[in-house]
Amino acid sequence: MTHTAHFKVWRGDTDGGDLQDYEVEVNDGEVVLDIIHRLQATQVADLAVRWNCKAGKCGSCSAEVNGRPRLMCMTRMSVFEPDETVTVTPLRTFPVIRDLVTDVSFNYDKARQVPAFVPPKGVPAGEYRMQQVDVERSQEFRKCIECFLCQDTCHVVRDHEENKTSFAGPRFLMRIAELDMHPLDAAADQGLVRSASAQEDHGLGYCNITKCCTEICPEHIQITDNALIPLKERAIDRKYDPLVWLGSKIRRRQD
Amino acid sequence: MTPGRAAISARHLRTDRWWLSPLVTAVALTIFIIYATWRAFANGDYYSTPYVSPLYSPCLASNCTPMDGGADWHLFGSWWGLSPALLVLVFPLGFRLTCYYYRKAYYRGFWASPPACAVAEPHAKYTGETRFPLVMQNVHRYFFYLALPVAGILTYDVVLAFRDESGAWGHAGLGTLVLLLNIVLIWAYTLSCHSCRHIIGGKLRHFSAHPVRYRLWGWVGALNGRHMLLAWSSLISVGVADLYVYLVASGAFDDPRFF
Repeated sequence: MTHTAHFKVWRGDTDGGDLQDYEVEVNDGEVVLDIIHRLQATQVADLAVRWNCKAGKCGSCSAEVNGRPRLMCMTRMSVFEPDETVTVTPLRTFPVIRDLVTDVSFNYDKARQVPAFVPPKGVPAGEYRMQQVDVERSQEFRKCIECFLCQDTCHVVRDHEENKTSFAGPRFLMRIAELDMHPLDAAADQGLVRSASAQEDHGLGYCNITKCCTEICPEHIQITDNALIPLKERAIDRKYDPLVWLGSKIRRRQD
Repeated sequence: MTPGRAAISARHLRTDRWWLSPLVTAVALTIFIIYATWRAFANGDYYSTPYVSPLYSPCLASNCTPMDGGADWHLFGSWWGLSPALLVLVFPLGFRLTCYYYRKAYYRGFWASPPACAVAEPHAKYTGETRFPLVMQNVHRYFFYLALPVAGILTYDVVLAFRDESGAWGHAGLGTLVLLLNIVLIWAYTLSCHSCRHIIGGKLRHFSAHPVRYRLWGWVGALNGRHMLLAWSSLISVGVADLYVYLVASGAFDDPRFF
């Protein structure tokens, strides 16, 4: 089955732009990225769009479809009614470069600010041994494809540009959680308490756990329940819980 | 519009009914708040042997209705002249107010921060839970600790509901069933708490060294996945249990007896 769909696509750059209307052919089984490619091939050859794998694994084709942050390659056209207008816009949270392409370097800056894994002393590289039960919790976070949809949808920076300097965003708070749960990470030996640092240096307190990051994650990572809330609880251990503090003084034992 | 970003003036471009969920949440919570406020201040019709309303247990002031063997411990003496419910409700209220699920619910439903994903919030500034008063949300685990004895006392009330009016064991009426269902949901909600999940095992870095806590963490995690469902169902069950006791105590309804 083939039908003609009405698309509105944002076109412009940093100097301005607007939504432009297009009528495009849609075939069974196609996704939004297919339609954008057809539009590029048949009507607007200079339409800028970033894409790569077309399989939901590279995280390149992030955009907003009918106002919802999504991967264009994973958004089936069959979810829309044939007579429904499909609006495609670039990610709102990041500076636009052109058309559907945004500058996501904010995320790379934030990634660099997270201190890397600290190897344990006395264990040579290649000799790290961990039990599966100790690492499988954080393996969920390794499914992240860095599409930055969670960063885009988080209202802390989406609606408040001024918070970008102090808030790392869900993706990188999840990275801190992953390292804090890592059974061999020795950051604490160097005086870096990752959970406390998440709150003091990376803006964990800005998160009001309204779960939009989890809602839109194309990898279905439970970012809020499994990373952000556990990280908040770990920060509370360090900063607000006298019982835990007292226990750690009396009984120095590795958790 | 923020300089550098795509020039889109619309507050959002969502075409679905994104407003429905926060609206339903706000309406449902408002109904419960109004009902619970009325009942908490009513100071009457909360005990009908052998049933006590979960809003009034334990009863800590001397102005409590005498409860046969129940948790009417007059710790506060006779100087307390208001409803005794106010003395205990602060604990479950604090537990639910700082709960990670309810925070999401009321931040979205009442404060529109954000109203829904990718829908712009109406506030000019946002500091989240970094400052007073919202930084106080971090006390959730203390309310969890306090919620445990309260749930224990409500469990005791359910045990007493297996006696009849004369105090003889072996009774069960519809009220017993209502209170039993309520306490099961309250325990499930309490134990599915994110703080409980953390305390029971989530804080560990080496599950392999703590197999029992790891197992418990897995069980609490399974409950935690249904935290929203349990939050709502236990909230409704508390309201229904209180309403049931009110109807029986006020004489509007006769408690059907099973045995």
